[in-house]
Amino acid sequence: MPDVDKDRGSKTETVTRTLLVAFFVSLACSSLVASAAVLLQPRQIANAILDVRRNILEVAGLLQPERDVNELYESIEPRVVDLETGTYVQDVDPETFDPLEAAKDPELGVEVPADIDVARVRRRAKLGLVYLVRRDGEVATIILPVSGYGLWSTMYGFIALEPDGNSVVDVTFYEHGETPGLGDFIAKPGWRAFWRGKRLFDESGVLRIEVVKGRVSVDDPLADYHVDGVSGATLTGNGVTKTMQYWLGDHGYGPYLRNIHGEGT
Amino acid sequence: MSSTAKRALLDPVVDNNPVTLHVLGICSALAVTTSLLPSLYMCVALTVVAACANAAVSLIRHVLPSSIRIIVQMTIIASLVIVVDESLKAFAFETSRELSVFVGLIITNCIVLGRTESFASKNPVGLSFLDGVGNGLGYSVILILVASARELFGAGTLLGYTILPNVAEGGWYNPNGMMLLPPSAFFVIGLIIWAVRTWKAEQVEKPEFRIHEVHRTEVL
Amino acid sequence: MGSYVELFIKAVFVENLALSFFLGMCTFLAVSKRIQTAFGLGAAVVVVQLITVPTNTFLYHYVLEDGALAWAGLPDVDLSFLGLVTYIGVIAAMVQILEMVLDRYFPPLFHALGIYLPLITVNCAILGGTLFSVQRDYTMSESVVYGIGSGFGWALALVGLAGIREKLKYSDVPDGLQGLGITFIIVGLMSLGFMAFAGIQL
Repeated sequence: MPDVDKDRGSKTETVTRTLLVAFFVSLACSSLVASAAVLLQPRQIANAILDVRRNILEVAGLLQPERDVNELYESIEPRVVDLETGTYVQDVDPETFDPLEAAKDPELGVEVPADIDVARVRRRAKLGLVYLVRRDGEVATIILPVSGYGLWSTMYGFIALEPDGNSVVDVTFYEHGETPGLGDFIAKPGWRAFWRGKRLFDESGVLRIEVVKGRVSVDDPLADYHVDGVSGATLTGNGVTKTMQYWLGDHGYGPYLRNIHGEGT
Repeated sequence: MSSTAKRALLDPVVDNNPVTLHVLGICSALAVTTSLLPSLYMCVALTVVAACANAAVSLIRHVLPSSIRIIVQMTIIASLVIVVDESLKAFAFETSRELSVFVGLIITNCIVLGRTESFASKNPVGLSFLDGVGNGLGYSVILILVASARELFGAGTLLGYTILPNVAEGGWYNPNGMMLLPPSAFFVIGLIIWAVRTWKAEQVEKPEFRIHEVHRTEVL
Repeated sequence: MGSYVELFIKAVFVENLALSFFLGMCTFLAVSKRIQTAFGLGAAVVVVQLITVPTNTFLYHYVLEDGALAWAGLPDVDLSFLGLVTYIGVIAAMVQILEMVLDRYFPPLFHALGIYLPLITVNCAILGGTLFSVQRDYTMSESVVYGIGSGFGWALALVGLAGIREKLKYSDVPDGLQGLGITFIIVGLMSLGFMAFAGIQL
């Protein structure tokens, strides 16, 4: 009889102890995790914004390592654009508008039909962001965010244009999953230099910009619109071409750029 | 430092290296070894998690019931990894983007769970902490070796500084593109294991089968 | 439909969890000595992936994501930092359930797998599959395809390696490379081979 009592006693003790230990460990861990998340969140958000700004300044050619990014960013004016009409939208705050988030929203985004979706973005927001660089009050550079599928995954970048909306100043892909040593040429300054001075649209307004296989030949009649590719990384180059063709075409910033060709910003 | 403490700290670096001897914990590592800087962050992250998890598990080792042992250890490890991940996003944003999923994979890293289960649950807090640091160091040594080899021969740089000037930038070194691709990590580790086991012959595995030569004059 | 096939092919060959991302190496190297055990473990991994990847993707989109709890009237809640703990909890639970099912309905397989079944919980490839699916924002149907594909790819690599190692049983490997070392070299060569599938566009 005494044995049974002792057994029952130790059994209850183990169950209670198990529950207690589980409870306290969960409490300790969740407090630790929750405090870390809450305390660190403001820094994380600030970092994310800083990162985007740094990329924009870089493609505009304004980034200076010794100066504060937020200070330099004051010469950048973000605007929201209605992609279908190509006109500026006044009642949406460009500082808080996130085109990638809006794309996922059923109200704010649209699904891109497969035959048009050459860049494989699948969905895009109805509104787009453009960044205008002002110098002495005039628009000196127009920066457009672009994204599209490369060889392995989505590439995110910016293209910077002269105020005429046609000549390229610079291109950068700040986030990509392309093959290191091969496809990652899209992030290297050597290749980006090929874009300077290239034109997007020809005289009749047709979008001609393209990354070709290998070097642009000197006898190429469309050399103004062609950018050198990298041998062995053709598919990444094709991804860039399709990205540009989508975003600078009629279903992307095309209407906006046409308005600029017509009347200026 | 007492000799037990020294042993706990230094043993796992070569003699008992978790990666090369016990085949533990390389998963979450190799994919980031294309360059040295993110790898260094991974080393620090794993060492911190291993040491703190060991200490925490050791702290509650006498009250932890056997039935929930593993799940409690995993909860502690997961919480520590979340804290490290959030800290990286707050203090080293660009690198955290490169490391993305791989920091999270420290949770399933065999080294961390292996040590909390086999060492921390049976040893005092201080010693367990050191053991965690030691194993973290052993892992770090291998990771740094692999990352240095891959970045140096694959891109000619180390930590971003050009060591071997590339042909593309007017130098003489033609970067070995394969070093930046996944297979090279396997080859490099294979070669490291070969080197370590040639140095420390006691780590060599015995082959399962050996073909015996039989001479005509021997009786079968 | 075509994009699902492409996703599957990519998950199996081009982005093979074991050979391109090095995930699940511990069990990979330990189990690949015999083809039969490799088959059993590979099958178990496919099943676990098929269950956990969609479940975790679902939880991420409807519970954890920023604004995910809008259906419950809490649109401002962002629980994404709880992701890692949630996923590992789901995986541990699913593996436990699988163990019980196998024990009840397929005892021979249960005994053949032995210790490796609970080890699936800490297999980086399982958690990795979930983390990739969440990071790439797959829809529910895509996550199912990716779950099967990534599990199958890992299993394929495992069985392939087991086959090669069995063939090498009688080979004269240098002492320092015996066992672990030569296995790494083999895996490196397999990885190189699988890279040939890059650039497939269906």
